[in-house]
Amino acid sequence: MDKHINVPFSKEEAKKLKIGEYVYLSGTIYTARDAAHKRMDEALNNEEELPFNIEGNIIYYMGPSPAREGRPIGSAGPTTASRMDKYTPRLLDMGMIGMVGKGKRTDAVKDAVIRNGAVYFAAVGGAGALLSKAIISSEVIAYDDLGTEAIRKLEIKDFPVIVVMDSEGNDLYKAVTAGMQKRI
Amino acid sequence: MREINVSDITSNIKEMCIEAAHFLSGDMSRAFNAAVENESSELGKKVLSQLKDNLKIAGEEMIPICQDTGMAVVFMEIGQDLHFTGGNLEEAINEGVRQGYKEGYLRKSVVSDPIERINTKDNTPAVIHYNIVLGEKVKITVAPKGFGSENMSRIFMLKPADGIEGVKNAVLTAVRDAGPNACPPMVVGVGIGGTFEKCAILAKKALTRPVDMPSDIPYVKELECELLDRINSMGIGPGGLGGKITAMAINIETYATHIAGLPVAVNICCHVNRHAVREL
Repeated sequence: MDKHINVPFSKEEAKKLKIGEYVYLSGTIYTARDAAHKRMDEALNNEEELPFNIEGNIIYYMGPSPAREGRPIGSAGPTTASRMDKYTPRLLDMGMIGMVGKGKRTDAVKDAVIRNGAVYFAAVGGAGALLSKAIISSEVIAYDDLGTEAIRKLEIKDFPVIVVMDSEGNDLYKAVTAGMQKRI
Repeated sequence: MREINVSDITSNIKEMCIEAAHFLSGDMSRAFNAAVENESSELGKKVLSQLKDNLKIAGEEMIPICQDTGMAVVFMEIGQDLHFTGGNLEEAINEGVRQGYKEGYLRKSVVSDPIERINTKDNTPAVIHYNIVLGEKVKITVAPKGFGSENMSRIFMLKPADGIEGVKNAVLTAVRDAGPNACPPMVVGVGIGGTFEKCAILAKKALTRPVDMPSDIPYVKELECELLDRINSMGIGPGGLGGKITAMAINIETYATHIAGLPVAVNICCHVNRHAVREL
């Protein structure tokens, strides 16, 4: 059954989400991909603040194509999450509630998801034009020099995602290939 | 000897970059529609339906199909009786990429150095493969490659004793490892033979062959059919969320090789498999 939830959300909310569920997200999320993660990690090493409050928030692994005139953003689909795995456990331990991306994660990320009661969603890879329609506004809030890799604050409405790793560490990708997820 | 001004190369490459980012090629369109017909898993069908809507929005509103509009790979098959005038051919190709990515609102995804990683801000340089052929025409293939799938590609330097079973295992291993990362339903390009670099180029070239045109070598055609069946029984499915359409096609190209070797390259591509082809 499809669910609608607002971001940011609590751990109690996260706990209710189960793998295979189709969810529409609304509210505020932040984008960051490879280069922004590296910078955030360096900032934390230098005991500096992150450019936004990570607690209860979601990072969307995404670098958009340029917006045409009159549009908030260009094509805006997910990038492969595993490239962020090196940095993710630290952000989850700081209270990040979820991630939107695509593809497999390491066991270190899974452990951090369980430890913190977080959730990993997939958006459909290669559906950047469609997903851009669920983005109402986009504002670069940090690392502007990184171009497409800058951190953006996005307002979203009914942004479609699927729970691929839930707060108990169940992994939809593994389940489907193990043939265990017959109901899907 | 026929002459062609390199400015014609620039303008064509510009248009082809924009075309490939917004519209499926005819062969990919047919393959995609067949996938929509044949998928039966609930989430798989939902993913394909989203991708179908995505293609419609992309074409109608000129929003790139995928935000990763790729690094431009350009194959130039140049007739030996053709003479380029008006400037440097390589610069003309890169200028076409530069103009296409700017005017088409395509993402600039290229960094000038793999370690220093400074964005070139115009998506140049392209990766260009030249091939000299008979005649006085030039066939241009522009195949911008996204790195979600490129990163999942593999090269295996097998031994001759590994034989065709070794080749099958290599392809299935690469596809299994790629799984959801490569935006399935994918297209799989395979190169067998040649040297280390030759088989990688063959695999890339294989992706540009129409996906509904099987190999004309009988055993290769059989291998393509068998591997497609086996890939689609893995259960990865659209988006990696389960289903029977994990790949829409597998294209295999072969070349002569050394008595001591059996190189196999597997170039994974997403469901868009961008390629635009023109002959001038």
